[in-house]
Amino acid sequence: MIDCQGLTKQYGPLRAVDNLTFKVQAGEVLGFLGPNGAGKTTTMRIIAGFLDATAGRVSVCGHDVESEPTAAKRCIGYLPEGAPTYPEMTPRSFLEFVAEARGIPPARRRQRLQEVFGLLHLEHVLDQSIETLSKGYRRRVGLAQAIVHDPEVLILDEPTDGLDPNQKHEVRQLIGNMAKSKLVVISTHMLEEVDAVCNRAIIIAHGKICVDDTPAALEARSRFHNAVSMKPADATKLASIRNAVAKLAEVASTEIDSVSGRLTAFPAQGKLPLRPISALAEQNGWELAELHLESGRLDEVFRTVTGGASA
Amino acid sequence: MNLVSAVFKRELRSYFVTPVAYVFIVVFLLLSGWVTFFPGGFYERGQADLSAFFSFHPWLYLFLVPPLSMRLWAEERRQGSIELLMTLPLELWHAVLGKFLAAWAFTGIALALTFPIWLTVNYLGDPDNGAIFTAYVGSLLLAGGFLAIGACVSALTKNQIIAFIITIVACLLLVLAGTPFVLDFFSGWVPSAIIDAIASLSFYTHFNSLSRGVIDLRDVAFFALLIGATLYANTIILRLTKAD
Repeated sequence: MIDCQGLTKQYGPLRAVDNLTFKVQAGEVLGFLGPNGAGKTTTMRIIAGFLDATAGRVSVCGHDVESEPTAAKRCIGYLPEGAPTYPEMTPRSFLEFVAEARGIPPARRRQRLQEVFGLLHLEHVLDQSIETLSKGYRRRVGLAQAIVHDPEVLILDEPTDGLDPNQKHEVRQLIGNMAKSKLVVISTHMLEEVDAVCNRAIIIAHGKICVDDTPAALEARSRFHNAVSMKPADATKLASIRNAVAKLAEVASTEIDSVSGRLTAFPAQGKLPLRPISALAEQNGWELAELHLESGRLDEVFRTVTGGASA
Repeated sequence: MNLVSAVFKRELRSYFVTPVAYVFIVVFLLLSGWVTFFPGGFYERGQADLSAFFSFHPWLYLFLVPPLSMRLWAEERRQGSIELLMTLPLELWHAVLGKFLAAWAFTGIALALTFPIWLTVNYLGDPDNGAIFTAYVGSLLLAGGFLAIGACVSALTKNQIIAFIITIVACLLLVLAGTPFVLDFFSGWVPSAIIDAIASLSFYTHFNSLSRGVIDLRDVAFFALLIGATLYANTIILRLTKAD
């Protein structure tokens, strides 16, 4: 488990990480979210033992990162941002090096490496130099490096950044498979990633925690949560439909997206407007091209809680 | 020690998967052969020894070691692999020592490949092979001194060109420390004890007696201490600046 207490990192006048306190338990897949420059990478580097904190302390699996760095590092598998490796090496020799440096006994090394090669589908590129591999394969080599010693804690800094949609999907599946028995921390600024793999999300901005909740609860914070969107087949009916919908007690307000021509009805506090709206549509014989329930939009929550912060 | 050896093996292996190793070895062998026969006058001297060969080693290393050492840490920083290395469960000194020993072993390989000159001198005459062995050890120590300084400088920057230039200048000053070029600059305004201290740092003087086959423990200790102290400094520099 990871325990961060009052973690602070100061770079000259800039406070990159400001008094972060949180705990992560085994079985949790924590999505670490925030705009670029929010302090995600800095926090992960401190946990992984690459950076020293200015103040505060971190322990990983009961080992203080500052006073027992080697013991803490043994429990961690870490994928640094951009998945750096030694580009002139082949995946085989690179992973052999990591396995040896991670202290896996020679007798078990070969078998464990075979498992890892299989898990990440690296068999076909093992003897090609890493610099000649595609981005997706290089990321997999980075992930392989992080799991070679079967760590209790996995820290992955933007594991899917810069990958194409197929590769993203594949990497997320891999993470999902590994997550069952481990504690995983993933940083990202892609919100769909949180939905796809995480069971907890922390949003940070300007080095501070803004939100710490489950992805579902995050979505519930969205004003779109339980809202109903619809689109009439005949666009000229939009105004009359809007008037009728706005009169419902379950609807607090309505909005028309001028680009898509879609009408969204936002629910009144604690109300579910879907049923009354569909009843109304039935009753008045509206022809709707679309009618659906919104689950909440993470990107909207993200923008609201981070105050549009960017760097 | 296993961890030092893991770093050592990875590092040494990576020399040989790039052209660096082959270019270095070929240039080293060509140059060391050329200086022995032409500026060194190997035949003209008419003596069955290798002093014509060894006396140029400080100058050879001066130009060949900095390009080798400049990448040691600067390259790790540039490609970001330093983050990987520093988050493996190693102590810093494991990495520092492993990388240094790999570079040193590599120069040792290049030096060992000069054996034809040793065969030649044995074919032509009857040299003192003990003295030649001592000179080889001295040459290896000299290379180690250059490399340790180069590694330390490389840890200070992610720019290899800067590492290269600073290493060349630092090593040039150390080679010349015992000569009038450097000593005249200080004489007259610096106490003589300090001038003596500067003169005693001279790579040239310490290597000179070893290259003639004279084992003076002070010369061996000089290089051993220099390497040890520089690697220690290298560790401290990395601790302070690893993430910059």
